[in-house]
Amino acid sequence: MPDVTIGLGCAAGFLVIGATGAAIGRFSFAKTVIYGLSLALSLIALGLALSFLLRHAEASTVILPLGLPGTGAHFRLDALSAFFLLVVSLGGATTSLYALGYGQSERAPLRVLPYYGAFLGGMTLVVLAADAYSVLVAGEFMSLASWALVVAHYRDPAAVRAGYVYLVMASFGTLCLLLAFGLLAHASGEYTFAAMRATKLGPEVAVAVAALALVGAGSKAGVVPLHAWLPLAHPAAPSHISALLSGVMTKVGVYGFVRIVFDVAADQSPWSGLVALTLGGVTAVLGVLYALMQHDLKRLLAYHTVENIGIIFIGLGLALAFRANGQDGVAALALTAALFHVFNHAVFKSLLFFGAGAVLTATGQRDMERLGGLIHVMPKTAVVFLIGCASISALPPLNGFVSEWLTFQAILLSPQLPQWGLKFAVPATGALLALAAALAAACFVKAFGVVFLSRPRSPEAAAAREVDRFSLSAMFVLAALCVLAGILPGFVIDWLSPVTSALTGAVLPHQASMPWLSIVPIAESRSSYNGLIIFLFLTASGLFGAAVIHKFATRATRRSAIWDCGFPLDSPVTQYTSSSFAMPIRRVFGAAVFGVIERVDMPLPGEMRAGHFQVRVRDPAWRFIYGPLARSVARSAQWLNRMQFLTVRSYLTLVFLALIGLLLVVAAWR
Amino acid sequence: MAVIIALALQFFQIALIVAIAPFVLGITRKVRARLLCRRGPPLLQVYYDLWKLMHKEAVLAHNASWVYRSAPYLVFAATWTAAGLVPTYATGLVFSWSADLIAIVALLGTARFTLALAGMDVGTAFGGLGSSREMMIASLAEPAMLLIAFTVALIAGTTQLSAIATVFVTAETGLRVSLGLALLGLIVVGIAENARIPIDNPATHLELTMVHEAMVLEYSGRHLAMIEAAAAVKLVLYFSLIACLFFPFGIATGDKTAAAIAIGVGSFLCKMLVLAVSLPIAETSVAKMRVFRYPAFLGGAFAAAALAVFLRFVSRGF
Amino acid sequence: MPSLWFDIAHLFAGGVLVLSLVLLYQDRVTAAINVFALQAITLALSVGWQAFIQSEPLLLVTALMALAVKGFVIPMALHRIVRRLDVHREVEQVIGGGATMLAGLALVALSILLLQPVSGAGDVVAHEDIAFALGVVLLGLLMMITRYNAVTQVIGFMSLENGLILAATGARGMPLVVEISVAFSILIAFIVFGVFVFRIRERFDTVDVTVLERFRGERREQG
Repeated sequence: MPDVTIGLGCAAGFLVIGATGAAIGRFSFAKTVIYGLSLALSLIALGLALSFLLRHAEASTVILPLGLPGTGAHFRLDALSAFFLLVVSLGGATTSLYALGYGQSERAPLRVLPYYGAFLGGMTLVVLAADAYSVLVAGEFMSLASWALVVAHYRDPAAVRAGYVYLVMASFGTLCLLLAFGLLAHASGEYTFAAMRATKLGPEVAVAVAALALVGAGSKAGVVPLHAWLPLAHPAAPSHISALLSGVMTKVGVYGFVRIVFDVAADQSPWSGLVALTLGGVTAVLGVLYALMQHDLKRLLAYHTVENIGIIFIGLGLALAFRANGQDGVAALALTAALFHVFNHAVFKSLLFFGAGAVLTATGQRDMERLGGLIHVMPKTAVVFLIGCASISALPPLNGFVSEWLTFQAILLSPQLPQWGLKFAVPATGALLALAAALAAACFVKAFGVVFLSRPRSPEAAAAREVDRFSLSAMFVLAALCVLAGILPGFVIDWLSPVTSALTGAVLPHQASMPWLSIVPIAESRSSYNGLIIFLFLTASGLFGAAVIHKFATRATRRSAIWDCGFPLDSPVTQYTSSSFAMPIRRVFGAAVFGVIERVDMPLPGEMRAGHFQVRVRDPAWRFIYGPLARSVARSAQWLNRMQFLTVRSYLTLVFLALIGLLLVVAAWR
Repeated sequence: MAVIIALALQFFQIALIVAIAPFVLGITRKVRARLLCRRGPPLLQVYYDLWKLMHKEAVLAHNASWVYRSAPYLVFAATWTAAGLVPTYATGLVFSWSADLIAIVALLGTARFTLALAGMDVGTAFGGLGSSREMMIASLAEPAMLLIAFTVALIAGTTQLSAIATVFVTAETGLRVSLGLALLGLIVVGIAENARIPIDNPATHLELTMVHEAMVLEYSGRHLAMIEAAAAVKLVLYFSLIACLFFPFGIATGDKTAAAIAIGVGSFLCKMLVLAVSLPIAETSVAKMRVFRYPAFLGGAFAAAALAVFLRFVSRGF
Repeated sequence: MPSLWFDIAHLFAGGVLVLSLVLLYQDRVTAAINVFALQAITLALSVGWQAFIQSEPLLLVTALMALAVKGFVIPMALHRIVRRLDVHREVEQVIGGGATMLAGLALVALSILLLQPVSGAGDVVAHEDIAFALGVVLLGLLMMITRYNAVTQVIGFMSLENGLILAATGARGMPLVVEISVAFSILIAFIVFGVFVFRIRERFDTVDVTVLERFRGERREQG
């Protein structure tokens, strides 16, 4: 049986599970049955994808007599599909395992179970589809199923609003993809990817397709400024669904972009790389900054997804730019970095959302200002959550660092690019990526420190209990993957080689055969990294330090009250909270980026009222794009009127700007 | 035999860093004291302090978790690992390829992450204050550091520290504007990361001016010893980075003959001495900044490094 | 001629540019004056070095003039003015420090970009020096429009002029006559600005130029 048939069988199986869910959802055993079946099916799909990549198998195609009359629905499993199928099924498997425990507490199972299978099936179909019609239908099916899951808790007005915004943005994205495929179909006269691939596109068409793909797929993935739905929708769903939405479905958006610009409409100019790269950099920094401002744990994680999507798009943009300039080897490196990050993010973001779900189950709280001290009552969840936090903060020796390291290596090879725009955009993006990495660490010190460390800030947090063993085992699997992919990254890079060879025509050197299992993207004299050695060194030197002290000095320990410079305050409200932790960064970046308004109302000595502190943080996308869109016309008329009454300084500014504009024109002219 | 010698040279470097770190710190304290017209502690005082702390009982708060107890060892391990991989007296040591400059910066990030978590563990206002400020400083200093890494990597065509040092010491690099900017940035970043004046005062015990010290306020005994040792190692790490990137002369690049190694070790120690003397001179000539002046200071480093990278991207000539 | 010589010339030109960036985020008047003096001294070194490598003794005159007038005389005069006006302790509100720095970096990038394509042909070093010089000019302009204080505006103007001198020496042979006339015009501008500052001061008891806008009735009163 060809591989693609097995894949389609899995997708069909998911749809059947969805239907079964609708039928038996009202019974109490339904959750176990549905999630158990999903787990089994996901494991089959996972095995299929993995074996496909390891065997370097040939792509296989199947045509089903569905869809448009006369053409049929085409499905194909190639290396790229297989990699994304791996991500989808890995997410599906761990989510189902987690839901075996977590999903039991669901109060409205009929609003979750039917759509769960449908959602997984839709995602599987998207990555397998090989013609424009089926990919759009499958994509829309996936979006609708996930929309139903987002509004599962329909009594919550926030969820309903999130669902509305999500629906509008998803439709907008589909519209853009529809237009992109329309252009491609017009050029080739056919709907299948194979025909589109064979057609040579004019440069204008290629640019238009790339732009539409970036907007369409970017709105599903959450690229700034099209991310507005994501931080609303992802937290609104039940936590295991949030993990799927954030960890997996955004990757399906990335898949759409990769499929179109790297495969179907492959002759792109370097400028589309420049746009993707720049957007990626901006997305990364804005995403993490906004995540830092949040105090709702799930919302923080959702915003952080935006950051990671930005990192992925930086890698994709670099790969596009290199490939368009004929530097296939480096393009393969950048693409490997991006896809490695796709895998990493699917792993650790699912893990963190599972952790957030566990916290939610144990305490009923998502607000970080009311959590704290959970490491004492939920020790196992704390360990895995800590591993997730460290990985996502790109700390060696874990996996998040490897993909960022690869991206940095690709950036460092880019002075060879001839286009002047890239010469400026690439180092600027490198700076943005470095900034995002550092801010991510701050963000997750805050997340772990406030939620799991310190003292409980509410009775619920103090009374929490460890979660069930299904949830824990799902989290442990993912945490193990974080560590393994971090210390043995060479194997993951080798699995990606069929994908890069299909899309860029080049592969990285075979990593598993490198001495000591280091990773060497280009040549050993240029750069190398060895997660395993770093891991061993860390362990050895830490143990050595501890052993020396315990053996030759003392190991006496005494427990006592908190010292706190001699003035310990008992009340847990005297601790640093999430808002206070983020305050310095809010001061440094906030005023410029978010238009933060801080209002302090401090009673004078002797006054008997309570003091108030209010912070307002606004998403620049709402502030600068969606809001002003409506108000712009009226304002422009008024603004023109004011031109007559400017100050000397403003006139000087205008002259200055005109000069700069002129110089820019001169620059562009040459 | 060759393998044994190679391993021995590597472990000699790792041991050397830890062995001299307290002494280097002692020199800076002594020089600083003399500049302030004090006698200052003996040069070996840091060793005595560490010895004393190690033998003292560790006092833990009732609600301190395992994160708090294991953090000092992890911080020390991460800092030491990073420091052991920076070329000091010779390039091309046997493990030098296992982490490049970017990975070393990230390893320091691991140490900082751990320590910031430990600062939040007990749940005091000071600990949170220290962690929060430390992460704010890091979020400005780390990007600058990475851009500095970019600059030198672009000039040398590699991110391996060993290879960079070899390129700089053998090939004709000349004086480069971008290198000057990178050095400027590295000094600023080093000052911020090592909690020196004008960013932080390592000797202060006035709560509201503390950053690093506030974070480790609750630590005592052997845990504090580990943290202090890690801080000393980190200072030496930055000194050796400056030495290896910008003043690599004397470093043993070719065959590891006894003479080359002796010259390498000797020149390394001299460079450490010079840097350890010049740091307090710079420190005593400025006043400590307010917290919200840091962004301008570190933003300057970031701007310098960004400019350097720009120049390198545009032209080979800079 | 060894390439090291050009490297040193570069380093000086780069130093002038970096000092322009440093100047951009100084928010105290006295600090700005000191940085300006430092920039002038670096400029003098740069010009002097150019005189040496181009073997043009006339450039040495320019260097000495820059050193004496802009490195010492004008900064001292400015310090006196600031002291007499009693604004030497004032901290000026720089409009969006971070944003200004980013804008400054972008301007430097722009000037490099402008002069980059031609540098493939002809004298590479001179073109890169001109890129630095254009950067200094643009940064000076940027400083003038981001400041409210008349004194710092003057400093911005004079650092702009430093850029012009840098460009002139890099381009091999701006005649001394032009040089001197530029220097004189700067001096006159300085005097005019000085008189202007005292005038505002007498009338409005501040050196914040926004009062002029209020006086013209253009700026709507706040609140």
